[in-house]
Amino acid sequence: MAKRKSDRGLAEPAAGNGILSRRTLFEGAIAATASSMTAAGAAAELLPVQAYMQSPGAGFATYGQPSRFEDKVLRVIPPPPAPGLLGIGTARTPLHLLDGMITPSGLHFERSHSGIPDIDPDQHRLVIHGLVRQPLMFTLDALHRYPMQSRIAFIECAGNSGALNAPQPQPLGIAALHGLLSCSEWTGVRLATLLEEAGVDPAARWLIAEGADGASMSRSIPLAKAMDDALVCLYQNGERVRPSNGYPVRLLLPGFEGNTNVKWLRRIKVVATPTMSKDETSKYTILLKDEKAWQFVFPMEVKSLITRPAPGIALTSRGFYEISGLAWSGNGSIRQVDVSADGGQSWAPAVLQEPILPKAPVRFRAPWQWNGGPAVLQSRATDSTGMVQPTRAAFAAERGLRGIYHYNAIASWRIDEKGEATNVYA
Amino acid sequence: MSTHKRLGLIAVWFALLPSLTQAQQFGQPISPADVAPWDISIGPDGATLPPGHGTAAQGEAVYAAKCAACHGEKGTGGPADVLAGGRGSLTTGKTPSKTVGSYWPYATTLFDYVRRAMPFTAPKSMTDDEVYAVSAYILNLNGIVGIDDVLDAQSLPRVSMPNRNGFVRFPRDPG
Ligand code: HEC
Repeated sequence: MAKRKSDRGLAEPAAGNGILSRRTLFEGAIAATASSMTAAGAAAELLPVQAYMQSPGAGFATYGQPSRFEDKVLRVIPPPPAPGLLGIGTARTPLHLLDGMITPSGLHFERSHSGIPDIDPDQHRLVIHGLVRQPLMFTLDALHRYPMQSRIAFIECAGNSGALNAPQPQPLGIAALHGLLSCSEWTGVRLATLLEEAGVDPAARWLIAEGADGASMSRSIPLAKAMDDALVCLYQNGERVRPSNGYPVRLLLPGFEGNTNVKWLRRIKVVATPTMSKDETSKYTILLKDEKAWQFVFPMEVKSLITRPAPGIALTSRGFYEISGLAWSGNGSIRQVDVSADGGQSWAPAVLQEPILPKAPVRFRAPWQWNGGPAVLQSRATDSTGMVQPTRAAFAAERGLRGIYHYNAIASWRIDEKGEATNVYA
Repeated sequence: MSTHKRLGLIAVWFALLPSLTQAQQFGQPISPADVAPWDISIGPDGATLPPGHGTAAQGEAVYAAKCAACHGEKGTGGPADVLAGGRGSLTTGKTPSKTVGSYWPYATTLFDYVRRAMPFTAPKSMTDDEVYAVSAYILNLNGIVGIDDVLDAQSLPRVSMPNRNGFVRFPRDPG
């Protein structure tokens, strides 16, 4: 106890350029920096009795909305390739304006290949066929009869952060760069339950999952994954899955690249070999340094991102800031996140916020004393398999920078003297 | 009751459990014939290719009318992907142009994809003959089939794609 007291106000450094010991977050050592925030002035001016305290507020709404003051918390939608081509692109999560691990359903990222179909759940059918004893058809009512499971899981588009393959850093915000990552609590029926009911033939090794969108987007998925932890999801964050995320039923393959989590799931064909669809040959394959390309790259490997500070949310005065971000791995849970304020020359461990769940993002936090000078902020995650997030140089050395997909190298924000953050390579 | 016997009974009880859980069966049996209209997946063996046929000569008109606006005359690209050319661009150090001709490992993928997803504004609107023909045209633009070569369920899976051996499995595949 005595020791704890003597630490107060000292804010012990843990790495270069102002990174403090993570104990600082628990021990209140930041009190010393708060003095500049004490403003002068008459109490009446500081704490007026507002009009909304002098009359009853608004009544009740059947479906709640965020405060009207939060109208800038929006997804970023890059322009379509041509005016007529609506529905072909993405809507990206504004990660810098959110905290915690869950993405509100209305801000979950979207990637669609032919827009969002308007599906009447009473008309929707899911079919399982192919190498099965008995092909089966499920209505939504039928799917609701099965025991369900919930799990919190991230979905990350394989193309997330792909702009950082470019030779020069991109002057973009965090949503545009990294906003194809979101997390929900998903609830549904284990795919294994439905496959067992249909009776999988011993010769089966793969299944083809297909959506009911205009593109009938389809992917081949290893049967082993389907039997392991695949979920046929009906609910997202407690309510029915949003149309842009696959209403009325989507596949969840925890940890696998976003595109395989087929939305608007209408058909599962059990097969012996992959179908080689457009989105597992032409796209979502990783062209390496030589002429070869990796195919069937499923798990999103260990990655992390500082979401605050970030472009668009400038530091206002020197002093204490919490560096906060997300870390995740498609291969397991996050074991450690380190942060650096000097471009990776020195590192200190961040606090990992509970719950730490496999294949779910972890919120990490680290205390930082900004001295008003330039800084390069980085985070580096290690997962439960021991895999460490690579530097950009190590990433490029393994596969080159022509692969587009599965970019998971350490990301950097440069903080300038004005407190503005920009994307840099460091 | 001896501990052994008791364990034995518990084991029997657990053995019964799976059959109890299997009682939750809400899937409705459906015949393969009823599934057929939905089964649009075409693998490299082409086993599920439909009847019909077409040549590049026939496909040229289909392409001009239904594809060129987005993919450019002769597949050179526009608002949507480049479909032809790019051979040799995958080599080390070059900026790759990944097209049907330079990158795609299977010709069956072209038929599968165009039939289900193109033209973008009216997917699934073309006849199977049109899909064979326009696929032949795109392959012909890439110098892979001749202008009068007939594509059908037999010949399409046999089309040899230049980048057929360009793909390798991911070395850290967990499965
Ligand atoms: C209105 C614009 C439009 C028209 C018309 C159109 N396409 Fe497309 N096409 C697209 C878009 C957009 C994509 C990308 C889809 C995606 O991202 O999944 C695409 C993708 C493709 C691809 C895959 C390209 C690749 O390298 O992965 C092929 C092949 C293709 N189209 C063929 C056709 C054919 C054949 C026609 C005519 C029958 C056609 N398209 C008409 C917009 C169009």
